[in-house]
Amino acid sequence: MIMDLFNYWVVVVLMMSGFYIVIAHGNLIKKMVGLTIFQTSVFIFYISMAKVEGGTAPILAESISQHSNPLPHVLILTAIVVGIATTALGLALVVRIKESYGSIEEEDIQQLDEQAQVESEQKTANGNQV
Amino acid sequence: MISHLPVLQVIVPLMAAPLCLLLKRPQLVWLFSLFASAIAFIISILLLQHVMTSGVISYELGGWKAPWGIEYRIDKLNAFLLLIITAISTVVLIAAQTSLEKEIPKEKHTLFYILYLLSLTGMLGIVSTGDAFNVFVFLEISSLSAYALIALGNDRRALWASYQYLIMGTIGATFILIGIGLMYQMTGTLNMEDLSQRLPQVAQTRTVFTAFVFVIVGVCLKLALFPLHLWLPNAYAYAPSIVTVFFAATATKVAIYLLIRFTFTVFGLSFSFATLPLQGLFLTLGLAGIFVASSAAIYQKNVKHVFAYSSIAQVGYIMVGISTSTVTGLTATLLHMFNHALMKSAIFLALGAVVYRMGTIQLSSFHGLGRQMPLTMAAITIGGLSLIGMPLTVGFVSKWYLLIALIEQGWWPVAVLILLGSLLAVVYVWRIVEVAYFKEPLAGSVPVKEAPVMFLIPIWTLIIANIYFGIDTRLSVQVAQLAAQSLFGMSP
Repeated sequence: MIMDLFNYWVVVVLMMSGFYIVIAHGNLIKKMVGLTIFQTSVFIFYISMAKVEGGTAPILAESISQHSNPLPHVLILTAIVVGIATTALGLALVVRIKESYGSIEEEDIQQLDEQAQVESEQKTANGNQV
Repeated sequence: MISHLPVLQVIVPLMAAPLCLLLKRPQLVWLFSLFASAIAFIISILLLQHVMTSGVISYELGGWKAPWGIEYRIDKLNAFLLLIITAISTVVLIAAQTSLEKEIPKEKHTLFYILYLLSLTGMLGIVSTGDAFNVFVFLEISSLSAYALIALGNDRRALWASYQYLIMGTIGATFILIGIGLMYQMTGTLNMEDLSQRLPQVAQTRTVFTAFVFVIVGVCLKLALFPLHLWLPNAYAYAPSIVTVFFAATATKVAIYLLIRFTFTVFGLSFSFATLPLQGLFLTLGLAGIFVASSAAIYQKNVKHVFAYSSIAQVGYIMVGISTSTVTGLTATLLHMFNHALMKSAIFLALGAVVYRMGTIQLSSFHGLGRQMPLTMAAITIGGLSLIGMPLTVGFVSKWYLLIALIEQGWWPVAVLILLGSLLAVVYVWRIVEVAYFKEPLAGSVPVKEAPVMFLIPIWTLIIANIYFGIDTRLSVQVAQLAAQSLFGMSP
């Protein structure tokens, strides 16, 4: 039972661990890692479902009668490209966040934002008194 | 030529984007983007006319027959959506050049227009395609450019907002991808029309049920349904003004379109509302969204935040409309999508004009602005009245239809709650109006002039549309009604 659906178990484990990392970790790079694992699990899922037992690559030859479904493989090529673009953009954002906040920890960033908020409110309050 | 319109709608902005790189000079690029968007607008008008007179247009990409190749399928629903998106995009672009001067360094202007056109391409693609996987691809095109556009904001919080949106958006899109994969596994097709015919045969399996849940949750993340809305307020508040206007008016609408398409067309009405308690779910979350977001809007100090929270509340009204699962309810939903796009774009564009003059968008900077920028503030006031649902504005029309739909169902308590929700809108709009008209300018603040003409033209075009479609409802109501009827499988 478990061995029959081995690929799908791998998918579920990867998906959940990726998802958990995204939610639980405060480090922005770790979040990106989690997101990538999460996306990769979906790639494996698509590829596994296209596999036909005993089927080969879709080559038209006389000796081959059974083929695996090539369509999900092609779809996933597109999804991989999208995934790379997302990772690249995410990492670029992390670099810019590091430059302007000086940190890539979620907690630090939120603290800095709150501080800035309080300061700007004090400033406007002082402006009102003047 | 006319037969290629469905694909040209998407191709024109897609091809225009890289061409911007060759033009280089920001002014030229701006005119060129405006031109491309205007062409898309004209195409969408032609498409709507065509669909209204002679029914659904099916376009086979590359000549491959429908269930195998990718099909673009334009019916009344997506023709209506295409019109909303391209109209808003074109009007907003008129003000882009002026607004960007103050908000984005000159060397990045060209890149801005490229991203803008790509985002537009993505949205138009999601709406016109009839292929489930194609939806995912276009969703990512529009989202990836959206993240980059939001990160262009000059406050560092824009970066953080963009990163959060990227995480949430990618999770949402991946959920949709999982759902599509499961559907493909069960039916062997990706074409929406084909899916809707094959899914009922396997409807009683756990796989299809799981696919449905993944798609619904993914789409709800994208459309910022309470409580999945957390990415939205900061993304709207810290993005460059033009980006806020464009996304506030269109991005959530596109996601709502996807929700309607998947629940009504692909999975079918009987499956969607029978397997999951969607009615109760959308109704509760919609109402909760209206009250939580409207109350949050009241306490915001940043005026862009006020209207961002108000957008989440408006999504609540739209979801209540869907939850009735009647033709009248869906008509109200579609109407509110159209009307909300008109009022929010007008308001956010006026806020953009305030940022242009004042350099800030805190409520305190609005003191006495009613006399200094009378036309801009008048626009915000009329837009606000429309948001509340005053008669003679578009907001009234859609709330009216929503109330009729609720009363038809006998849901009186919900109708009362909707009216109470509108009272909250009165409060947050009044706070801004009060400060602008009844307070003296702050001591020591530099008096400012009225917004530049390039702002006033698009703002007032949208405001006049707000009033016009509030009085002459023939076009909007008729199209929304026909689209809703076609979704319920009735021939008009």
